[in-house]
Amino acid sequence: MVTGCVIRKNEYHDSVFLMRVARRISEQKGVLQAAALMGTEKNKGLLAEIGIGGGEIETAASGDLIIAVQAEDAGTLSAVLGNVEGWLHPSPDRPGAIPVRTLEEALGRQPHSNLAVISIPGQYAAREARRALERGLNVFLFSDHVPVKDELALKEYAREKGLMVLGPDCGTAIIGGKGIGFANAVRRGPIGVIGASGTGIQEFTTLVHHAGSGISHALGTGSRDLSDEIGGISARSALAALESDPLTKVIALISKPPGEKTLAQLFPRLQSCSKPLVACFLGSGKSIQAEKASYRTVRTLDAAAAKAVQMAAGREKAAFPAESPDIRTLLQKEKCGIRPPRRFLRGIFAGGTFCYQAQQILADAGVSAYSNAPLEGNQKLPDAGRSLDHTLVDMGADEFTSGRPHPMIDASLRRERILQEAEDPEVAVLLLDFILGFNASADPAGDLVAPITRAKAAAKEKGGFLSIVASVCGTEGDSQDFVRQVKKLEEAGAVVFPSSARAAQFCADLIRPQEGGCRG
Amino acid sequence: MADRLEELLDKGPLAVNLGVEDFANSLKSQGVEVVHVDWTPPAGGDREMMELLEQLL
Repeated sequence: MVTGCVIRKNEYHDSVFLMRVARRISEQKGVLQAAALMGTEKNKGLLAEIGIGGGEIETAASGDLIIAVQAEDAGTLSAVLGNVEGWLHPSPDRPGAIPVRTLEEALGRQPHSNLAVISIPGQYAAREARRALERGLNVFLFSDHVPVKDELALKEYAREKGLMVLGPDCGTAIIGGKGIGFANAVRRGPIGVIGASGTGIQEFTTLVHHAGSGISHALGTGSRDLSDEIGGISARSALAALESDPLTKVIALISKPPGEKTLAQLFPRLQSCSKPLVACFLGSGKSIQAEKASYRTVRTLDAAAAKAVQMAAGREKAAFPAESPDIRTLLQKEKCGIRPPRRFLRGIFAGGTFCYQAQQILADAGVSAYSNAPLEGNQKLPDAGRSLDHTLVDMGADEFTSGRPHPMIDASLRRERILQEAEDPEVAVLLLDFILGFNASADPAGDLVAPITRAKAAAKEKGGFLSIVASVCGTEGDSQDFVRQVKKLEEAGAVVFPSSARAAQFCADLIRPQEGGCRG
Repeated sequence: MADRLEELLDKGPLAVNLGVEDFANSLKSQGVEVVHVDWTPPAGGDREMMELLEQLL
């Protein structure tokens, strides 16, 4: 085995681009491992962990590109590292295309721009966002790790100028039917949504779509907006804009519970909203529906979508079909397969909100779980890499995503974790989420079919049974195709739901002690 | 001052993209006009140099 690297000074590429480069190199015969990343201290640490480090790599700066390769022999290594340009640009750029280097140049080309979409590393993001606001652009700020003081300053400045900062850490928006970041192809319609989390917005909008209604606009606020440090500045701007928007008939607000001070200030604003409003504060231990509130509060994304669809249609009957009797049969069948010592649930999530909501649903069913992102009342995993008892892991959390793409794009860490969980003879159920839409993996179900099949087979070889429960967030209009994704998972032996809440509820029922005997 | 957020909702996005190029491509695939900025860290990512430049400019 031989190791080598190429360092290209002052050459920046985003992490999604570099993931593809590393993948192209890894696929070459004789290559054992390949990494393509920027020379930040954190990334150099990651390289050292996999045995590629020291020497030349230590000299790389954060603006330098590192391509590092472990190969079976010197010939392969030399051929791979001699073709870096080819790995970076497999198809040459369009002739005559002059790259735009700055925001100012971009505005020279497109002077009436009204939105800056910013997904650069967090330490530079506030600076570019401020520049965009100064030039009159609203900002969709995907970047995370933006200091809270910078977030507050950006949002106060945006408010003064009649602009909105969607984010930081904003994964999703839909504006005028156009999905930004991680968004799904949903029907346009009367429901406007304000959401603190990307996956929360994706789930809500796809559920509204499945129920036959549609979305006017979906505005992400960033996860900290309703905290007392920020005070809900973006949520208030979004609320005012949706109140003025003629297409929006009903407004939904989705967030973790607001800070106490923020809630006290927000309550009269929600109360005086000129349009019907439904609020879903995920993870609130108690109902925070105030007395005489004119708006409705619900506890899950499914309930929020159902209520919004009902309000928009002006009727009280259920928007979603009642649970099919097949589900009870399926539950009985899966449950009868599970035998001691198998008893634990392991949730391996790409969507942080799904991990959080599942913990709430389990807690409501009397099941406490460990997590790296615990709901109040649950215990924090001492080591995010090792599950204990019932565990729900958010694989999109910082400890897993630092320096690498999100699990919605790159399934490699979830793949490894599924196989790791399958080794544990006490695991009875694996709960997984699959998120479709713009910018997500081209085939989220296909990425994990092999480890799912292997995990089920491993349990069977040991004379046991492993139940796989999955939810798919998406629509038939998404490029990955909702129906095709569901079919792939079902063929791999998973029980599949069109909502994360329903999948979590099924798991809660599955791990509840057996009542009565199994038939057949 | 006209509310520019309301204007964005009314007219739809006309975007400038800094960072992940896929975001620009997915917007283009939906018919949104986008200019992608081939962004690089200022001062080659050297924080001290960046702060110095900020003060000078």
